[in-house]
Amino acid sequence: MSFILDYYNYWVVVFLMMAGFYIVISANNLVKKIVGLNIFQTSVFMLYISMGKVTGGTAPIVVEGVTQYSNPLPHVLILTAIVVGVATTAVGLSLIVRIKRAYGTVEENEFENKDDAI
Amino acid sequence: MAEFIDLVLLAMLALTALRIIFLKDLFAVVMLFGIYSFLSALIFVNLDAVDVAFTEASVGAGISTVLMLVTLAMTGRKEKQSTHSTILPLFVVLVTGAALIYGTLDMPPFGHPDNPVHQHVAPRYIEESPKEVGLPNMVTSVLASYRGFDTLGETVVVFSAVIGVLSLLGVRRTKKKDLESGLETHKVLHVVSKIIIPLVILFALYVQFHGDFGPGGGFQAGVIAAAAFILYALVLGLPKAFAVVGPKFLQWMAAAGVLLYASVGLYSMYKGGNFLDYNTLAADPIAGQHYGIIIIELGVGITVFAVMLNIFYAFGSQAERSNIQ
Repeated sequence: MSFILDYYNYWVVVFLMMAGFYIVISANNLVKKIVGLNIFQTSVFMLYISMGKVTGGTAPIVVEGVTQYSNPLPHVLILTAIVVGVATTAVGLSLIVRIKRAYGTVEENEFENKDDAI
Repeated sequence: MAEFIDLVLLAMLALTALRIIFLKDLFAVVMLFGIYSFLSALIFVNLDAVDVAFTEASVGAGISTVLMLVTLAMTGRKEKQSTHSTILPLFVVLVTGAALIYGTLDMPPFGHPDNPVHQHVAPRYIEESPKEVGLPNMVTSVLASYRGFDTLGETVVVFSAVIGVLSLLGVRRTKKKDLESGLETHKVLHVVSKIIIPLVILFALYVQFHGDFGPGGGFQAGVIAAAAFILYALVLGLPKAFAVVGPKFLQWMAAAGVLLYASVGLYSMYKGGNFLDYNTLAADPIAGQHYGIIIIELGVGITVFAVMLNIFYAFGSQAERSNIQ
């Protein structure tokens, strides 16, 4: 049981990462691909935060009488990564809007013969 | 107990992700993605990352979901049936996943205080930062002071994202009489949002200035304030929102936040310290750190607010334009 508890978080991270990866390579719709990329990204966040956790520790805000804190460094890295993540998602979505306007579709398999359309 | 909560929440997260794969209705996919973000925020709280949870709840479940919905309004709601086989992607994913699972077995076990991650700089941050920086929230100390360079870089990335979105889409002003914008006819929504919006803005200011002592800071406050204005724009329509804060003004604001941040760095150099060395800002180093952190967090908050709102304006005005056509 302790073996499972020791690695459970990492296994779920791998599962989520592969779910996101699968959506990115198999979905036809570009919006769904972006959702897949976001799931992939969140799994990386989860990995970092899982590594920062200390059993018996508390949130890294100083409180009287607490000696064990979780690691604040992964929190800082991921906090900024989330905001940058939504910024890049916005750029991706605006590219999709432009693709829709130029090609009239956001399904990957429908672009193929439309290169001359622009 | 914490382990049990962790087990259940992570299982729910995995199920949500699994469902997203098979759904063809993109509206449902985006809604599930919102749930996915909220679940991740809960897991972050359970893993002691309160600041991160705050950010994920406001950004992931708030802004990303709204942006994806606006995009769906323009690109259509249904995903068409895939034509190519799913066997090759499945094979690639299974092989990669198996390799990664094999890799996790070499990871140090979850939660042990002796893990390599906790040996390097982290003990210094935990033991010294309350004395050196004088703030109880270590995440803010590391974010704004020790890693101030990095945060300046992130703010510039956010700023460049808005440049990217605006150069791809641009914000078009629609004339007031052109269309029925917003949801004016929904009276209940109208009244409720009028009560909520001031409270949300007040909360954003609290998060901004209380971030040194509790969870919060410029990134979260900027996003929450932007969410209040996005609600206003959704209910009352873009033209009325433009009258409150216009897109041109937001462009200046986004730049002003980054410049405010960088100018603190330049000022500390003028005072004889290194770039972003807040100790030189006041006679007492601790007071200098406080001034520095409050000003740069304000810069971050202004930039993030302006960028998020302007990105929404860009998407929203595109959607209204395609509605007219």
